[in-house]
Amino acid sequence: MSTPNKITVATTWLDGCSGCHMSFLDMDQRLVDLAQQIDIVYSPLVDTKELPDQVDVGILEGSISNDDDLEKAKTFRKHCKLLISLGDCAVTGNVPAIRNHFKLADVMDRAYRENVTLQPQIPTRCVPPLLETVKPIHGEVKVDVFVPGCPPHADAIWYVLSELIEGRTPDPSKVTRFGA
Amino acid sequence: MPLPVTPPNIRAVTLKIDDQDLSAREDETIIEVCRENKIAIPSLCYLDGLSVWGGCRLCMIEIAGQGRLAAACSTRVAEGMEVRTNTERLQRYRRTIVEMLFAERNHVCSVCVSNGHCELQTMGQSCGVDHVRVPYRQTPYPVDSSHEMFRLDHNRCILCTRCVRVCDEIEGAHTWDVMGRGSDCRVITDLALPWGQSETCTSCGKCVQVCPTGALVKQGTSAGEMVKDQHFLPILARRRHAQ
Ligand code: SF4
Ligand code: SF4
Ligand code: SF4
Ligand code: FES
Repeated sequence: MSTPNKITVATTWLDGCSGCHMSFLDMDQRLVDLAQQIDIVYSPLVDTKELPDQVDVGILEGSISNDDDLEKAKTFRKHCKLLISLGDCAVTGNVPAIRNHFKLADVMDRAYRENVTLQPQIPTRCVPPLLETVKPIHGEVKVDVFVPGCPPHADAIWYVLSELIEGRTPDPSKVTRFGA
Repeated sequence: MPLPVTPPNIRAVTLKIDDQDLSAREDETIIEVCRENKIAIPSLCYLDGLSVWGGCRLCMIEIAGQGRLAAACSTRVAEGMEVRTNTERLQRYRRTIVEMLFAERNHVCSVCVSNGHCELQTMGQSCGVDHVRVPYRQTPYPVDSSHEMFRLDHNRCILCTRCVRVCDEIEGAHTWDVMGRGSDCRVITDLALPWGQSETCTSCGKCVQVCPTGALVKQGTSAGEMVKDQHFLPILARRRHAQ
């Protein structure tokens, strides 16, 4: 349950590898301190299934590559006061965006027909359709804080969250960069 | 363009850079004086030992009384000059320039052979580029792996022409040149032959060492492995110009 004066935080992953969330967990014992000040109200790391109506800080990992990613990004923007792009995939498109150099149909063929020996077919049921162009989060919705890195080091995530908790505006370039 | 030969009677001038009173030889450029006095000026095309190109515009500075910005690498000092190297306007321009370099071709630092040893990447961080505000162009460029020792990846090239200058001015081979305009502009070997077929290249590797990014690299390097060494340059440059 969230206590009134704690900062509420929601996180989710779009087209990423979950590495940024792992780096978040790499804050190790600092997570205990953090738990005194923030409440994780929605995340792959907790059980809640619904994003609350009002969240203080939203953290997104991964790029926007399919309809579902786009929907999640918009929902986070709508319900979070402050939105953070965590990691290079979210900030630049990074590895997922390498496919932008090919036509989507060719990418699908490569993955589901050319390299497949058993029943080659393009999946359509229960998977969100891919977008033609992979974009960083700020290519679709407004983002307030950018934390580059693949993944950003736990120290960098700690720095950004601590600054925000103290009410300051973090300068992530002090502690991380593209590819860090 | 060869480096200017130092004439015999050079006078000293005094000038102000960021409120510091400094003296310099009148044939020096602003970037040289700044480097001597440990005043940081960002630069990508400038390299001590090569001729001045003035193409990247990262070294732009403000000179009192002049409305236009000047490039520190290609502007000589003058008596009484007052220079500002790091105003808010300059920071804004530099940041935009670096963002456009990232947006123009294709940079994926996390998997790049130069990750952690790249001047563009470091420049991005020091200019506060934590994201790129303009849309990425997303246009693929070719990779030339035909040379048995080296590789050229146009996706990472920022057209600084350091390779062109070092090959011409220091190695004396002039294998490299520049072809095309705008987004089609690219560096070429010989008359746009694959590098491996170049008859002029001596395989000395100087171009690879001076390239600021992961555009020119050694074959067989994987992510983060391409570390460059430019120590040879000022030494060889001094010897060449003493001849
Ligand atoms: S050349 Fe430099 S900036 Fe470009 S991808 Fe490689 S490390 Fe990043
Ligand atoms: S290896 Fe040497 S000779 Fe060949 S292109 Fe590079 S600088 Fe020129
Ligand atoms: S290949 Fe490297 S040194 Fe040559 S112009 Fe491109 S970035 Fe500069
Ligand atoms: S360093 Fe002066 S323009 Fe590139």
